Amino acid sequence: MSDSDSQRDRDASHQVPPRPPHLAHHFATSKQQFKSGKLGMWIFLATEILLFGGLFCAYAVYRSNHPEIFAYAHAYLDKTLGGVNTVVLICSSLTMAWAVRCAQRDQQRGLVVLLALTILFAFGFMGIKVVEYEHKWKHGLLPGERYRPQGLDDTPESSAETTAAAASKPASTTAASRPATSRAAGTFEERSRIAPAPRGPAGLADDAPDAKPRRPEVRNVHIFFGVYFLMTGLHGLHVLGGIVAIAWILLRARKGHFSSAYFTPVDLVGLYWHLVDMIWIFLFPLLYLIH
Amino acid sequence: MTATTLSYGSHDPDAPNVHDASDNYLTHGQGLRSWLTTTDHKRIGVMYLISVLTAFFLGGVFALLIRTELLGPGRTIMDADTYNQMFTLHGAVMIFLFIIPGMPAIFGNFVLPIMLGAKDVAFPRLNLASWYFYIAGSVFALLAIALGGVDTGWTFYTPYSTQFGGQVIPIVFGVFILGFSSIFTGINFIVTIHRLRPQGMGWFRMPLFLWAIYATSIIQVLATPVLAITLLLLIAERTFGVGIFDPAMGGDPVLFQHFFWFYSHPAVYIMILPAMGVMSEVISVFCRKHIFGYRFIAYSSIAIAVIGFFVWGHHMFTTQSAVANVIFSALTFAVAIPSAIKVFNWLATMYKGSISLDTPMCYALSFIGLFAIGGMTGLFLGSLGTDIHLHDTYFVVAHFHYVMMGGTVTMFIAALHYWWPKMFGRMYSERWGRFACLLIFIGFNATFFPMFVMGSQGMPRRYYNYMEQFKAFHHSATGGSYFLAVGFVIMAVYLLHSLFRGRPAPANPWGGATFEWRCSSPPPHHNFDEPPSVGDCYDFSNLVYDKQVGGYVLKTPDGAGDSEAGR
Repeated sequence: MSDSDSQRDRDASHQVPPRPPHLAHHFATSKQQFKSGKLGMWIFLATEILLFGGLFCAYAVYRSNHPEIFAYAHAYLDKTLGGVNTVVLICSSLTMAWAVRCAQRDQQRGLVVLLALTILFAFGFMGIKVVEYEHKWKHGLLPGERYRPQGLDDTPESSAETTAAAASKPASTTAASRPATSRAAGTFEERSRIAPAPRGPAGLADDAPDAKPRRPEVRNVHIFFGVYFLMTGLHGLHVLGGIVAIAWILLRARKGHFSSAYFTPVDLVGLYWHLVDMIWIFLFPLLYLIH
Repeated sequence: MTATTLSYGSHDPDAPNVHDASDNYLTHGQGLRSWLTTTDHKRIGVMYLISVLTAFFLGGVFALLIRTELLGPGRTIMDADTYNQMFTLHGAVMIFLFIIPGMPAIFGNFVLPIMLGAKDVAFPRLNLASWYFYIAGSVFALLAIALGGVDTGWTFYTPYSTQFGGQVIPIVFGVFILGFSSIFTGINFIVTIHRLRPQGMGWFRMPLFLWAIYATSIIQVLATPVLAITLLLLIAERTFGVGIFDPAMGGDPVLFQHFFWFYSHPAVYIMILPAMGVMSEVISVFCRKHIFGYRFIAYSSIAIAVIGFFVWGHHMFTTQSAVANVIFSALTFAVAIPSAIKVFNWLATMYKGSISLDTPMCYALSFIGLFAIGGMTGLFLGSLGTDIHLHDTYFVVAHFHYVMMGGTVTMFIAALHYWWPKMFGRMYSERWGRFACLLIFIGFNATFFPMFVMGSQGMPRRYYNYMEQFKAFHHSATGGSYFLAVGFVIMAVYLLHSLFRGRPAPANPWGGATFEWRCSSPPPHHNFDEPPSVGDCYDFSNLVYDKQVGGYVLKTPDGAGDSEAGR
């Protein structure tokens, strides 16, 4: 970034060595090209952070406006699957970083194997994500108007307290944090059975005497799933994009395009992949590990 | 400074100029295919010029239709729903298709690498991709028009855009794609300025246009993603009923306004900063005087970019808390300071300069007047008390047209005239140029000045109907808009005429000292065989007018003009 750096790049150009094939016509040296690519990638990553930043901001606004929704609804997410996915992504970041190292050290075989492993992990992540999404889809845990929860007692993680059960013993339903304690038999028809709050929404003065969470009155639970699907969905799209990008450099690596003299694409795709990984590391606790 | 200018003579910096004039970027490769697959920044700039001017024409037609409808109260030529669509499309096309991409994508692309003595931008293919994204986004926006139009206003406020509003999804998706185009351009320019500056060109030796483009790019890169996610949320809301902006479902419509203005306020600096950059070039060249306060102008560009991120709340004085209002009001006043610094420095540059009133300079002069009015009335709107009165009136319309049209469009035209000889190698008619400038200046003021009066008397913006008392003002505004249209038509005619019949342009018709004037007009494909040596880009003392070439040439040490340099 400093002037002296770029100056050195240019000074180097005066010796006029034969131009390597990967060096574009408008760059003087390979180093200048590498540093340009790297700066460009970092700026692109900044735009990605801001893109997700909007969603994180929306998360913060809705969580502070409706903390009860988040406390209640997050229990529908499967912490185990989420945790496994976190480990999978971290492993993929390791193999990616290792692949970059292989490229820098001319280890062609290692590079190809590690890139393939990274893709494998990425598919593993998406596979688990599909299982999770399917579960939500099956039980109607969808955003907005499509939120129609039903038949949730077949999964261990579901906090399937029914409206009726909760209403019968409201004081004991800290269900969100301990879904297993409040499990009730029968179907779960959260939305359809809720009558508008007879004493005004939670938080008003007449609720104060028993300020315990009143699950039946948690309204607009769909907001959580809106946020959940938007954040994980956008992240999932980025994982898919990453798979395409890694597959592309895998193909090039098999053709032997990369070496210690030229590994820019591997390095840049690696940077992108680490960012995708890092965003998930923020998403996981924010969505799965509330309280 | 004298030491550096001497280097003009050494190192044979003028070698690029001896290129055969018939071998330039326009003739390098023939046929449509060579244009559509080009990665040459100059050609991409020209492709942007054509497409952006098409959008400008379209937006202008919408504007004329709006003004014609408002000739009289009640129905004049269209019904109220069509009118709502017209002002929406005028706003959306002008903002997203013309003024945001306009200056950086056309003139930034064309001259930025040349000003650095580079062969191209850092990522030429990304640059081409940005043009295709622009076209794709425009197609979606046009699709929305073809499918029945949009009537939400260009701001797409919820709940208009979620519950009513016609073809919102195509146009919003189009704007989403246009955002990528903008981001790609921004990344390219930032990296190019960081990495491709020639030997000896430190940050404070760059032309000020590059500082302005750099500040613009920072905003493009950091603000546009937030608009992208906002638009995605809007699409999700409209298609899936996510309810994130719907209060009936626990959502927050004001959150949309925050998100939207977090992009769209910085976006007005995307529009004005390049105009200010052109201003710094033009005013110095046509006054034959070193720019006054170089560092202040450079830093004020960055200051505007930075402060510009923290003033979005002044669009929401009527929807947010009093504390937030006070903070945003104060920050809004703060952003006036760097703008004023620039204006004073330009005026100081003119002081005792040798001013020549060529067409670009005429526009620069009208910029100072119009931008001063636009900027000052911005302070009326930034102060809380007056804003509550003026909010959503024609006063606001007049204010931003003075800044955006009187400021940015004026300098867009100035830049077009300033670099036209370089881009196409032809001189336009100076007499017609000045005449069109006069028409546009008069037409502009006749159109928009009455709106200040109307607005302060309470005429709300975006209304189809109006009371008798506003009739005279509306008549003036409509008449003025016809004047403007005539001015633009005259400009189009003489510019197109110059392409075929114009006098061939010399390398340096205005006597500029930045690098683009050192290569031939139009520039060769690779700009320079060897990067030119860096001097002071605002020192004109060694450039002299040569009657034979019809332009300026470098003075050789023995005092005679070096005619070869002027070819």
